Amino acid sequence: MVTNVISFGRSGLYDWIVQRISAVVILLYVLCHAAIILSTPDMDYVRWRALFADTGMRFFSLVALAALCAHAWIGIWTIATDYLTSRILGPKATFIRFLFLLICLGTIVVYFIWGIMILWSA
Amino acid sequence: MTSPSRDKRPVNLDISTIKLPLAAITSITHRISGLILFVGIGILLWMLNLSLSGQAGFDRLQDLLTNPLATFIVWGVLSALAYHMVAGVKHLLLDIGFGESKEAAPIAATVVIIVSLLLIVILGVWLW
Repeated sequence: MVTNVISFGRSGLYDWIVQRISAVVILLYVLCHAAIILSTPDMDYVRWRALFADTGMRFFSLVALAALCAHAWIGIWTIATDYLTSRILGPKATFIRFLFLLICLGTIVVYFIWGIMILWSA
Repeated sequence: MTSPSRDKRPVNLDISTIKLPLAAITSITHRISGLILFVGIGILLWMLNLSLSGQAGFDRLQDLLTNPLATFIVWGVLSALAYHMVAGVKHLLLDIGFGESKEAAPIAATVVIIVSLLLIVILGVWLW
């Protein structure tokens, strides 16, 4: 299975590696912004807007947004398949889990599109 | 009918009666904080949108953050983020082979709790 790490199939191993890479990207993004905010005590609108209008930062934000959406989906899927089970919910579990995942997927799609709109409005 | 000797055997593994070790508590908290962040992303995106919408929006957000309830919600989201990140770093360290032993698990869990609590307090002081 080790040779399968790079494969783009829908597998647990693929999810596992995506979850970790996306985690590192989000971590770096959050630390970067924490450093910027802490080193700019007199942050005003002009500086804030310039920060997000910068091409490099816009690219970083877009990558972080994509990583966040992938990370959230894998996390939600993991939790849903662990807790929304027939052992806990009975025979309706499959339906409830499907509905929950559908709502979450819809939310993630909205987050992604909304995020791009916010980033490109700056 | 069951005989007395059968009654003494454990019926099943009732997970709700088992005391979770510290590492398991930090693990479930990691999941809960992740779920909180799923909603929190919406709040953060809303704030980012408002802050970038114009000088008026930026001022409105700053004004809003003087409201104790709004500050508390932001603190809550950032606390979940801080905890999720600290526990996540522990997870990544475990993945590359650090602290996998049985002895290391409660120590690592304690470190996660102390560091994240410290960050949460610092965030609270910074926000207020």
